[in-house]
Amino acid sequence: MGVIEDSAMLDDSLQGSEGIDKQFLAAPVKSAVDKFQLLPEFLKVRGLVKQHLESFNYFVRTEIKKIVRANDLVTSRFDPSVYLRYKDVWIGKPSVVVDGVTDSLTPQKCRLSDMTYAAPIFVNIEYCNGSHGHNTHPQFKKDVVIGRMPIMLRSSSCVLYGKDEDELAKLGECPLDPGGYFVVKGNEKVILIQEQLSKNRIIIDTDKKGCIQASVMSSTEMTKSKTIIRMEKEKVYLVLNAFTSKVPIMLVMKAMGMETDQEVVQMLGRDPQYATLLLPSIEDCASIGIYTQQQALDFLEKKRKKSMSRFGKDEGALGVLRDIFIPNIRVRDNNFHLKCVYVVVMLRRMMDAILNKDAMDDKDYIGNKRLELSGQLLALLFEDLFKSMNDQLKFNVDKILAKPSRSSRFDVSQHLLKDSITVGLERSLSTGNWDVSRFKMHRKGMTQIVTRLSFIGAFGSMTKISPQFEKSRKVSGPRALQPSQWGMLCPCDTPEGEACGLVKNLALMTHVTTDEEEGPIISLCTCFGVEDLSLLSGEELHSPSSYLIILNGLILGKHRRPQRFAKVMRELRRAGKVGDFVSIYVNEKQRCVYIASDGGRVCRPLVIADNGISRIKEHHMRELKDGVRNFDSFLREGLIEYLDVNEENNALIALYEGEATHETTHIEIEPFTILGACAGLIPFPHHNQSPRNTYQCAMGKQAMGNIAYNQLCRMDTLIYLLVYPQRPLLTTRTIELVGYDKLGAGQNATVAVMSYSGYDIEDAIVMNKSSLDRGFGRCIVMKKISAAFQKYDNTSDQFSSPRRSQHDAEKTQILDNDGLASPGEIIRHQDIYFQKECPVDPKGSMKSHPSQTPYRTSKQTYKGAEGETAVVDRVALCSDKRNNLTVKFMVRHTRRPEVGDKFSSRHGQKGVCGTIVQQEDFPFSERGICPDLIMNPHGFPSRMTVGKMIELLGSKAGVSCGRFHYGSAFGEPSGHADKVEDISETLVKHGFCYNGKDFLYSGITGMPLQAYIFMGPIYYQKLKHMVLDKMHARGMGPRQLITRQPTEGRSRNGGLRVGEMERDCLIAYGTSNLIYERLMISSDPFEVQVCRKCGLLGYINYQSKTRVCSTCKNGDNISSMKLPYACKLLFQELQSMNIVPRLTLAD
Amino acid sequence: MPKVPLWDLPELPKNQLPPHLHLQKTRVFCNNDAPTHTENIHYSGAYAALGIDNSLRLDEFKKNFKVKVIKLNEDDMEFDLIGIDASIANAFRRILISELPTMAIEKVLVANSSSVVQDEVLAQRLGLIPIRVDPRLFDYMSENDVPNEKNSIVFKLHYKCERGSGERRTVYSHDLKWLPFGSEYVLPTETSSDSTSKPKTYTSFTSSQDSLLEFSNNPITVTPGIIISKLGPGQEIELEAHAVKGLGKTHAKWSPVATSWYRMLPEVILLQDIEDDDAQKLVKKCPVNVFDIEDIGKGRKRATVARPRSCTLCRECIREPGWEEKVALRRVKDHFIFTIESTGALPPEVLFTEAVKILEDKCERVITELS
Ligand code: SF4
Repeated sequence: MGVIEDSAMLDDSLQGSEGIDKQFLAAPVKSAVDKFQLLPEFLKVRGLVKQHLESFNYFVRTEIKKIVRANDLVTSRFDPSVYLRYKDVWIGKPSVVVDGVTDSLTPQKCRLSDMTYAAPIFVNIEYCNGSHGHNTHPQFKKDVVIGRMPIMLRSSSCVLYGKDEDELAKLGECPLDPGGYFVVKGNEKVILIQEQLSKNRIIIDTDKKGCIQASVMSSTEMTKSKTIIRMEKEKVYLVLNAFTSKVPIMLVMKAMGMETDQEVVQMLGRDPQYATLLLPSIEDCASIGIYTQQQALDFLEKKRKKSMSRFGKDEGALGVLRDIFIPNIRVRDNNFHLKCVYVVVMLRRMMDAILNKDAMDDKDYIGNKRLELSGQLLALLFEDLFKSMNDQLKFNVDKILAKPSRSSRFDVSQHLLKDSITVGLERSLSTGNWDVSRFKMHRKGMTQIVTRLSFIGAFGSMTKISPQFEKSRKVSGPRALQPSQWGMLCPCDTPEGEACGLVKNLALMTHVTTDEEEGPIISLCTCFGVEDLSLLSGEELHSPSSYLIILNGLILGKHRRPQRFAKVMRELRRAGKVGDFVSIYVNEKQRCVYIASDGGRVCRPLVIADNGISRIKEHHMRELKDGVRNFDSFLREGLIEYLDVNEENNALIALYEGEATHETTHIEIEPFTILGACAGLIPFPHHNQSPRNTYQCAMGKQAMGNIAYNQLCRMDTLIYLLVYPQRPLLTTRTIELVGYDKLGAGQNATVAVMSYSGYDIEDAIVMNKSSLDRGFGRCIVMKKISAAFQKYDNTSDQFSSPRRSQHDAEKTQILDNDGLASPGEIIRHQDIYFQKECPVDPKGSMKSHPSQTPYRTSKQTYKGAEGETAVVDRVALCSDKRNNLTVKFMVRHTRRPEVGDKFSSRHGQKGVCGTIVQQEDFPFSERGICPDLIMNPHGFPSRMTVGKMIELLGSKAGVSCGRFHYGSAFGEPSGHADKVEDISETLVKHGFCYNGKDFLYSGITGMPLQAYIFMGPIYYQKLKHMVLDKMHARGMGPRQLITRQPTEGRSRNGGLRVGEMERDCLIAYGTSNLIYERLMISSDPFEVQVCRKCGLLGYINYQSKTRVCSTCKNGDNISSMKLPYACKLLFQELQSMNIVPRLTLAD
Repeated sequence: MPKVPLWDLPELPKNQLPPHLHLQKTRVFCNNDAPTHTENIHYSGAYAALGIDNSLRLDEFKKNFKVKVIKLNEDDMEFDLIGIDASIANAFRRILISELPTMAIEKVLVANSSSVVQDEVLAQRLGLIPIRVDPRLFDYMSENDVPNEKNSIVFKLHYKCERGSGERRTVYSHDLKWLPFGSEYVLPTETSSDSTSKPKTYTSFTSSQDSLLEFSNNPITVTPGIIISKLGPGQEIELEAHAVKGLGKTHAKWSPVATSWYRMLPEVILLQDIEDDDAQKLVKKCPVNVFDIEDIGKGRKRATVARPRSCTLCRECIREPGWEEKVALRRVKDHFIFTIESTGALPPEVLFTEAVKILEDKCERVITELS
């Protein structure tokens, strides 16, 4: 590529830089125009979770009003003059009403005291209490609360909106926290992005039997339905849920008023191929003897499912055709012409696919997908709840009006209930179950708790896309990487295992659109020469000279010069006359122009190029740096535009400016933006084997470090923190954009790649004890324990001060006088941390005076690892939902790494600590440098993580010269990643070998090692998996109640099971006594009395010291023997169901 | 090579190794790919076939052994140990790191700490602060010892950031105050029953430490300028830190050295005469200017090795193919450039003599055990 380096120009651009970092500005600008600065600007304008925020804002500003407007009138059934009309709706500021006092809320307050961060939904209402009353005039009420809406953090309704760092700090919020989630009952919940197939679009694919079909998932405000037109055995059928079986398509056409076959064929196009394909269907229809619309309707009526009677009065086949059959095409005045055209277009597309397999649609293609975001999902829920609230209101009003005599004055507005919406929204958010009965929607797991294990993990939850398919499907198609994902969805960040490839994550610059008004676009289209469909004859529909114009799946008409039309529309968009996110896509194969303005499309910004010359010039970037410009001004001036996946097909996008040719229409802003936030942490990911990056994406979320600036003020159930977290020496641009350099999750460890001691096999690492002494890998684990003061009918739990002289004084010594452990105290296993007085009889205390009720002391003891000491970090008191006093204790435990703790570099190379070695035994270099950890070189060949090696080199050069080195993905050409050659040069300049290998002396013998050792700093993450939480062994211990076998699982102090396979091994080996010992002696031995005669179990009568067989009624033939208790249990259970197991005893 | 009968070979000088073997014995060859001949040959009969005795002779050792101090200041020291085996030099290094006792804070009694730094972390940080005191004046504290003036040093830290001040304040290590009378905190078990006797504290000092000669005009201090914590308005730290004697083996905080290491003396040999352009090239290659150019008349130049000692073994001079034949990088096996970086408890030269003493003790112990 052409590289222009103009130092004079550069110097200018460096002046007055208040940019993201100085080092970057000091670096030479490699590409003609360095467009990287656009990225921080983009993120400044849109934030990293802009999709969620935008969608929620849209819901709050527009959609909620639309919903209310659509259902604004509630009228009584009995008295039409009694009504209630919603005039306006808006969301207030987040607040809570406690004892009639409105208190404003902050998110941190909600997190700490288990509240929901919600704002009241206000409406203005107009209502009339009926004609028989005193006044029939409509009355007005303003600011009526109908419920409380959970508010997304950082959205326009949130108190954090537009706040700067200081103000956020005052509110107890971390400025780096992206927002985009809700706080529901103290839990941070994020609504996962839902991946869906496009609505209202024709999709051509094959069904299970391989028949080609055209399907449309229709979705309107009223209905959702799926229409399928399928070619089965040469004939075309319609499959619709409302009909009991498939229906010949020609019949449907006739039912819609297109009685002549000729008309259909004409519409389909002149080409005889299509007519031939349709011929069997026409014959089929004729063979049943249906020729007129009425006949067809009668036929359909018979096939109609009778239960489908939800819509209005005019039922019947025509109603089905109007409301359920492709309902997105509206029928006005029973004119089915548009619907017929639509069906013909479907037919034609399907036949194209039959004639030419290339015309099939790809379901996995991102352009055919829509992402449903929190705003849309909440709107769905709100609409349902609002409607049912209105129904309930109507029902209640009717009930009162139905009563013949009413004593009190009747007021409609009094019957507004505000709980149903509040509770419904809260429940859905906290359980994640979306139940909208109207659309038969029952979806589970829509929300997730924001993972606060690490800062980057929180990002991961926000960008996660949950799939539409169930995860168990063993298909490879949807899991494969789609070429259309480029730049939209991160190619690395996907989980391993069953959800692999189905769960995706957004890339750094992806934007998800929200709905946009169609009306103006339609009128614009007509202005630019789109011929209205209703004016066209059937013949013209598929005339080769013109293209169909389709807006959001709706056929608008035809245009004779589609390319010109598209160009004009695009120019309008660039000029800001049409919404930025409207996409215009000319599909030459289908001879269509698709215009899309619907929500949920993924798109991303690109630099516009004219004939391969970028519109962004050096002075633009300079103005950006000077703060004269921002991202929006680039957009407004038509230098940048958003392209969605479909429109990308019409663009020729160059990766770098130098690679642009004459045909190039767009230039990428920065190639590393194809990765998401999680993959962006990896230095030199483009040098790694791809799965390694995927592993790191999963592991980065488990790494300990800083969570947020407010991490020490949070009361989460579990917090992992690193004591001395560091910023990676080898950073990437993404790290700086995301803020990982401020909230790191790892430490720069000096790593020597060599084998040492044999305790480093299988990726284990050897650690330096002195490094651990000095704080390497030290972490803090904080756990929350809660306790509550219960309220009873008449009494409640009381504080109790511990009596120090008691026998358990030892255990209560950390308690304060109020019976709560005091912060800063050291807490050990079995210590009492909470003590209260409970009424002995909470129910019966009604009669007695509260002061006389007897109390007993109840205690809670701490269960921690034995021998470990933890510290009570904080104690917080707050009141919960039912106004009970709850006490939360944060117990902190500081841990230093031990053998078995898991560590990982940023390249998917995890390993446990194999052994800890004294510093003097560690090798040391000529400069006295002693590594912090030793990694076995066998980790490299099979993993092929070259990026890790370059990270080591880069970090080493970084510490030598005091400049953070960069390793952004694909960053070498644009100067966002240091080249190995340059790194080597720096190394040599500072007296290191160019390849990073040092001459080391063995710390044990004192002689030089017989090889040069690759040594330098690598950023290591400590993962949350620690032996202390997992190690487990037991000798004697608890047993299960029923079987008397040892319990299972670490949490129950259970035994370790000798399973079938282990048993098989023992059998094969012939160690019968060992099996006997394991399966019986150490498990559940039990002595039973067996009657030799009847073979059944007897018992010992302890009173008379005799052994009796209860079946034979005597004790003559009793022997005692040992059985596993479970065996004895089996016998008895069998007996209880009338199966008699008899034991035959022999010597 | 022409065939030469064995008896025609030049006579080897008596009691001397052939030159190539001698080189292998005394030098490490730092080749481009890997160092070779790194090991020492200790076995006395290693060259018995050549009739050479390889055993170490004391008088010879005495004659050859030299110590040259190159650099010495308060905290660090660089000296050459010449004529000694790597194992002995390494023993000194290991002892310095892990077996020389120092005093370090082991117990921290926190009375109040409202800073963001957690108590355990605070304690760990305090532990790592080097205390400037001669550990030889103190005893080890064994498990059932009571802390007294002979085995503990007590420091006090009381630092508060006033609420009104509005700015954060940094707590430094020099804010630690030495308490020569021992702990001021009264044991919780001690009820104020008898007011006559002094209440029992966490330490039982019989006398003040500053009455001791060593500390009378020389209060015990710690290395100043180390940040312990930062306090926001209204926050306070009040604690007592008890230092005891310990070994670096147990915890790195007791290590008297930041680090101590050695390197073998570099030897850079020009195997051929490198002249003119090549010489220029060679000089340019070396990042630490090992080579110089000398004029050999007639406008010709020759490279010389001027400063071999500063060679960092970056192998830049032999990186390009062909140069390995011209330049040889070697290390002298019995010449150690030893560096000690003291943490401040003892001056580095004392540390080294102490290390020698410990090694002596160890040897004596072995000898007594053996006899
Ligand atoms: S190895 Fe490096 S430092 Fe040593 S002489 Fe050669 S170039 Fe110079």
